[in-house]
Amino acid sequence: MSKNTDTTSEPAAGDLRLVNVTKRFGDFTAVNDLTLTIPQGSFFALLGASGCGKTTTLRMVSGLEEPTGGRVLIGEDDITRLRPHKRPVNTVFQNYALFPHLTIADNIAFGLKRRGIKDVAKPVQEMLNLIELSHIGSRKPNQLSGGQQQRVALGRALINRPQVLLLDEPLGALDLKLRRQMQIELKRIQTEVGLTFVHVTHDQEEAMTMADTIAVMNHGRIEQLGSPTDLYENPRTTFVANFLGQSNLLPGRAGGVVGEHLQVVLEDGTRVLIPAERNRASGEDVIVGVRPEKMSIHASAEEVPSGRNVLTGGIVTDTSFVGVSTQYVVKAAVCDELGVFVQNDGAQIFRPGTPVVVSWDPSQGFGLDGRQDIDAGAEADLEAAS
Amino acid sequence: MSTPVATTDPAGADAAAGATDAELRADRRARRRRARLPYLLLAPGIVWLIAFFVVPMWSIISTSVEEGDMDAGFVLTWRWANFGDVWSRWNEQIVRSLEYSLMCTLFCLLLALPLAYFIAFKAGRWKNLLMALVVAPFFTSYLIRTLAWKTILADDGWVMHVLTTLHITPLLSGMGWTYSDNSILQTPFSVVCGMVYNFLPFTVLPIYTAMEKIDPRLHEAGQDLYASAWATFRKVTFPLALPGIVGGTLLTFIPAVGDYTNAVMLGGPKTKVIGTVIEQQMIGTGGNLPYGAALSVMLMLGTLVITLAYIKKAGTEEIV
Repeated sequence: MSKNTDTTSEPAAGDLRLVNVTKRFGDFTAVNDLTLTIPQGSFFALLGASGCGKTTTLRMVSGLEEPTGGRVLIGEDDITRLRPHKRPVNTVFQNYALFPHLTIADNIAFGLKRRGIKDVAKPVQEMLNLIELSHIGSRKPNQLSGGQQQRVALGRALINRPQVLLLDEPLGALDLKLRRQMQIELKRIQTEVGLTFVHVTHDQEEAMTMADTIAVMNHGRIEQLGSPTDLYENPRTTFVANFLGQSNLLPGRAGGVVGEHLQVVLEDGTRVLIPAERNRASGEDVIVGVRPEKMSIHASAEEVPSGRNVLTGGIVTDTSFVGVSTQYVVKAAVCDELGVFVQNDGAQIFRPGTPVVVSWDPSQGFGLDGRQDIDAGAEADLEAAS
Repeated sequence: MSTPVATTDPAGADAAAGATDAELRADRRARRRRARLPYLLLAPGIVWLIAFFVVPMWSIISTSVEEGDMDAGFVLTWRWANFGDVWSRWNEQIVRSLEYSLMCTLFCLLLALPLAYFIAFKAGRWKNLLMALVVAPFFTSYLIRTLAWKTILADDGWVMHVLTTLHITPLLSGMGWTYSDNSILQTPFSVVCGMVYNFLPFTVLPIYTAMEKIDPRLHEAGQDLYASAWATFRKVTFPLALPGIVGGTLLTFIPAVGDYTNAVMLGGPKTKVIGTVIEQQMIGTGGNLPYGAALSVMLMLGTLVITLAYIKKAGTEEIV
């Protein structure tokens, strides 16, 4: 069902396309020359910290915001200047925006009735069944729990069979457990109805769980676009590496090429290898990135199997045991706060203050352009998580 | 009247077993004090209601069934026929009062809805200033404001000039709202104009308050769900503002029924309303207190019936 997002191929009938879309509010550029194709039937996530322009992008698709420049198209239809109520697009609003004076059934029937459809009882009942709320169709929204309201908001939009369904942080107001449950449910419903879902979120885990394709947004631009695995394994910028999960980023300079690997000399002189094909740096300056769970921790250099990259002289500064894994913070010469996640396989747990050696397989590292801010996205991630 | 008394004894059975007599007595006293408290708090309100509602009400109802004259004094004879008398003599004025106040309420509503909508949703940072402007007329005396309208609507005034230029004056006289093409003073038109002006803030304020509470995202949701701006207003804004609309129209209609300042100052002999008659009977040249009282009671009951029917129809009992 999911297709690859390829902007060069011919658009299918129902693809949502944004072409050079820009939105300015006074001096502030919320969305900056954005070009994007979202294939029909895909579950697409716009991921970014607050203020990155993701919600503005969504509102330009729904028509609630008019672009300063550029075009919005569904298939071949230009909808850039179309009034919101004339677009084949529906939104699940953040905080739902359910009509408090109408019953659940009337909330769901609202869109059908406005389009002049007389016999709404049957589709409404079917929608109530789909969102599993058929027993409380006659209640008012304020008598419902947050999760139920969320499902009503979804049903109210879905019943119209829009060509594109927009979800604006739909799970933001729910508690963690309910959010997990709704993530699975949303994905199930999307698979069932086969509509294009465009999902805006700041929660990277939410985006990774549900979306076929994720676009990471930063300062009104798309930083990187790809499948969840692709983004996680091959981040192209420090922002993506820091924002999506955690990364240990070690600045260095490119040395020679060793077979299929590139040798990088880190700041303390340590030589490490990264796969040449995963190096994004064009110049001399290279930032070596490794995910914490790809690293191993050892009592001494003698224990490290051969062929691995090794950082010696580390000292454990923090140990947190979280059950499935132990999360260490290691202070090493190249990096003050090296994160290392070790799966709980019964191995020895190192206490803070223990001298350790850290290693990883060369194939697990990636290289980023060294001329960018190494901390980009780290704060945004914290902000989004709070 | 329920008395909100804490019924759970926090100490429980253990404490009771070990408590001394003195402690138990103190506990009982405290409980009695708590039981009396709600009535003590209610007392000032009840006294106020008795002095300024029940007593005057009784006074006017009893006066309405008295007999006599100014010189000999009036005696309570339970003469219910007073009501029949006043109805047959002044039914024209009673009906006219209702007509004027209904017209006034209707026009106030038509003006207040867009005004309140604009201030609540479109005015942005000018919101408070505009609301202050709506209330501003209250800083001047009611009489002076109404008197000012006499100048505004005068035969050589600018309103008359505009209406004549736009050929609206024949239209007004054709509808019976004015009596000639040369004048709008001393007509139902001028009286209703003054009433609309004077009562408009009472309509706007509750409607604005109700609209201001509406989440603007509901408008976006409406538009997102295929409702045009007008459909969104009808299906979302209007029903949500209904309590304010009912409140605002009642606050306009009820005082408008009894109002006679506008009729006296801007109207003429043909626009006499029931308020004027009551005034004449009670303190003026009419000199028949029971008739004045009977008219007052009749007016109150009429207004009450209309109000209750209206509220029932509007379906917002919670405002009563």
